[in-house]
Amino acid sequence: MAGSTPASLTAEAPATAGTAPAAKRQNFSPWQEAWRRFRRHKMALFSAIALAVILFAVLFGPFIWRVPINEIDFAAKLQGPSWSHPLGTDDLGQDLLARLIYGGRISIAVGVAAMVVAIFFGLLVGSVAGMASGRVDAALMWVTDLFLSLPQLPLLLLVIYLFREPVKGVLGVEGGAFVLIVAVIGGTRWMSAARLVRAQFLSLREKEFVEAARALGASRLRQVTQHILPNALGPVIVVATIDIAAAIIAESTLSFLGLGFPSDVPTWGSVLRDAKDYLDIAPHWALFPGSLIFITVLAINFIGDGLRDALDPRRVL
Amino acid sequence: MKERELRGLIGKVKAGKLSRRGFVQAMMAVGIGAPAAGQILLSSGVAMAQPASTYKPTKRGGGGPLKLLWWQGPTLLNPHFAVGTKDQDGSRLFYEPLAAWDPEGNLKPKLAAEIPTKENGGLSADGMSVTWKLKQGVTWHDGKPFTADDVVFNWEYAKDPATAAYTIASYQDVMVEKVDQYTVRVKFKKATPFWADAFVGTRGMLIPKHLFADFIGAKSRDAPTNLKPVGTGPYMFKDFKPGDLVTGVMNPNYHQANKPYFDSVEMKGGGDAVSAARAVLQTGEFDFAWNLQVEDEILSRLEKGGKGRVSVTPGGNIEFFLMNTTDPWTEVDGERSSLKTKHPTLSDPEVRKAMALLVDNKSIQDHIYGRTGPATRNFLYGPPRFDSKNNPIEFNIDKANDILEKAGWKKGSDGIRAKDGKKLKFVYQTSINQPRQKTQAIIKQAAQKAGIDIELKSVTASVFFSSDVANPDTYTKFYSDLEMYTTTMGQPDPGTHMLQFVSWEAATKANKWQGRNITRWQSPEADKLYRETEVELDPVKRAALFIKMNDLAIQNQIVLGIVQRPTVSAMTAKLNARISGWDNNTSDLSDWFKDA
Repeated sequence: MAGSTPASLTAEAPATAGTAPAAKRQNFSPWQEAWRRFRRHKMALFSAIALAVILFAVLFGPFIWRVPINEIDFAAKLQGPSWSHPLGTDDLGQDLLARLIYGGRISIAVGVAAMVVAIFFGLLVGSVAGMASGRVDAALMWVTDLFLSLPQLPLLLLVIYLFREPVKGVLGVEGGAFVLIVAVIGGTRWMSAARLVRAQFLSLREKEFVEAARALGASRLRQVTQHILPNALGPVIVVATIDIAAAIIAESTLSFLGLGFPSDVPTWGSVLRDAKDYLDIAPHWALFPGSLIFITVLAINFIGDGLRDALDPRRVL
Repeated sequence: MKERELRGLIGKVKAGKLSRRGFVQAMMAVGIGAPAAGQILLSSGVAMAQPASTYKPTKRGGGGPLKLLWWQGPTLLNPHFAVGTKDQDGSRLFYEPLAAWDPEGNLKPKLAAEIPTKENGGLSADGMSVTWKLKQGVTWHDGKPFTADDVVFNWEYAKDPATAAYTIASYQDVMVEKVDQYTVRVKFKKATPFWADAFVGTRGMLIPKHLFADFIGAKSRDAPTNLKPVGTGPYMFKDFKPGDLVTGVMNPNYHQANKPYFDSVEMKGGGDAVSAARAVLQTGEFDFAWNLQVEDEILSRLEKGGKGRVSVTPGGNIEFFLMNTTDPWTEVDGERSSLKTKHPTLSDPEVRKAMALLVDNKSIQDHIYGRTGPATRNFLYGPPRFDSKNNPIEFNIDKANDILEKAGWKKGSDGIRAKDGKKLKFVYQTSINQPRQKTQAIIKQAAQKAGIDIELKSVTASVFFSSDVANPDTYTKFYSDLEMYTTTMGQPDPGTHMLQFVSWEAATKANKWQGRNITRWQSPEADKLYRETEVELDPVKRAALFIKMNDLAIQNQIVLGIVQRPTVSAMTAKLNARISGWDNNTSDLSDWFKDA
């Protein structure tokens, strides 16, 4: 972990100088530097390509594959992959490719949006607590502990019963479900990020380079944004990628309880759930959404790994 | 079906032209359960059939263990507190009633020496009492003899409101007296054509006086025997882990010769319906699994392995489609779907007619339920054979479009029909259950083609079926336009079933939504018919009135039958077990055996 390495950039430099001849060093901008490091992480690069393909497919797929997602055709039920249904059909004869393309939009959007909500609150609470210390810190950590101790499921039930109708009235059925699910998943997952950020801040703000900045008269905000946050970001990115994966799975749990999207809206999780009883009869039905979730989650994790390496300011090639 | 036709049917049964089973099926099709149908026959002088026993073993025991899988395990073992089927089935391993219902609605004596009839003097001519002769020489598992005192005690125990027994409804309005050591008489306050309720079937299991006498009334829940049953049944209690496992061993002194066949019995709880079906049909770990709410497609594939078979027993459960008559989207005096409102669009009978045409019963049966859910297009109309009106439910999108077009519902730019600014947009709710969600999808698609937009809503079963007053998503609150669930007509008396069409039973805030009329339909005509049934003593005339009332509800498209929901269970290939749709799954446990 980046935060656990107490050495500053200058302290590490001599060690790496031995492996990379100084003569060949060129000057790169920080982003170019990051890209160079990212490229070296082969799995991350490969994952980024895979994720890009999936994203491209779910975004532009419906314009190419124009089969409706809810066309019931009993004559074609539970069919394996064929030319007319490249990924086969489910037990109502609905085309799986169309459903997975549509479901991918929802699942990925839910995952990313919930992650953004969780990380935003986590960063906000964690950094304020870590910088402020004293009473504010204690109060914020109490709030975090409070949220951690809340039983999630009853809370979800409560939130959804209280707000489903009004939100649905404003944003429509699917839009309302999306906002609620993102809010609920994001709102119940920011605590671990907050603790992590706080711990990072507590250790980083006592480091020499921050002290140096402080001595030079940097404002608190500048200390945070320019010095501490970039150094704390590594682990946060890893948590964020895990959160995307968890949110995709949490969404399918909610759908399972009937609290998510209506039952006829396919998401990867709900297609997988529908398919589970047919595993031995029609394995393709579960295999495709399952692999998509698997690939997406794995790819995001690798990308997170690569990003952490790439964005770590203390790591030098 | 009119009274005259009903009498004609009974005449045919008497003359041997129509089988008893055929009659029971015809009655079930018009909403009269098998027990009530059996009683109609009995009162008309057609004796109950006693089907020949198919029990083959010639000695007691020797069958090894019997392993039952109840994917929701029993949580208590006192039949008087057993609200759920799982608890009743568990209690039935150890306790028995005087008589049990068989699949055709016949009474089969258990602790009774014989079934009361007019001929043997068991039934009084005025319908005011019934006299039961008890089997002699029966002992409880602890060796004490079973006598009339025990039977009278069960009545005293259950009728006491302080005991808080779930069986109270069967006992509070009758008087039970001991005639002699082995005879009891049940007296009714008014002439009762349907007499076989107290001491019969699910609510009739008998507990021993000597162990429960100290725990009558408020102390009832403290009895140690609530969890350690001592009954008269074929198996004796061994161990009980609530929600998980019930075990029993063979009763060496069981009162029927050569029974039971198995040396021990084990009822395991936990899991879900699909894994339960697998455990019997695919892996053969268990001998019997209960209540398989699973798509037929899956069951058929599992069955192909040859290790077991699926048993489908008709009962009184019907999957229903309900259309709200009140407005679920306007709150009046703190409640939605209030009687003071009218549904903005569904109050138009043409819309209801069109909606009824869009329910594709046949596809729902063919592609979802299969054997486990025969389409009930006949259920509420009466079988075409018997029904002169012959008015079957049809599925016809074009006709629905036609009806709506003529009634002035025009399609807008979004493809949804509207009239006077009111759009045909409905919310359709049901509980979470795979087959139900698929049914929803099928109906939604048909409606879409007719210009009706349906939003699907599914609610967790434990919420949907709860009686929680604070929860807006229960089926009795009906805060949606359309709804679907399974209703039981298994109640001994069809009167309870019919209450869903009378105005005073409307579920409202005032009665904490406990009323049985979920659609809130208000019909003076139906009310009048129901009042007539309350004073009608002749069971045949009474049944005719119920059928008429049912027809009325259907012609007004208040409810629609979708499919029947028979009792579906899985058993290993060698197991012989008769399951009755009118009694507990384990009601005939003493006669279960395996082929060698």
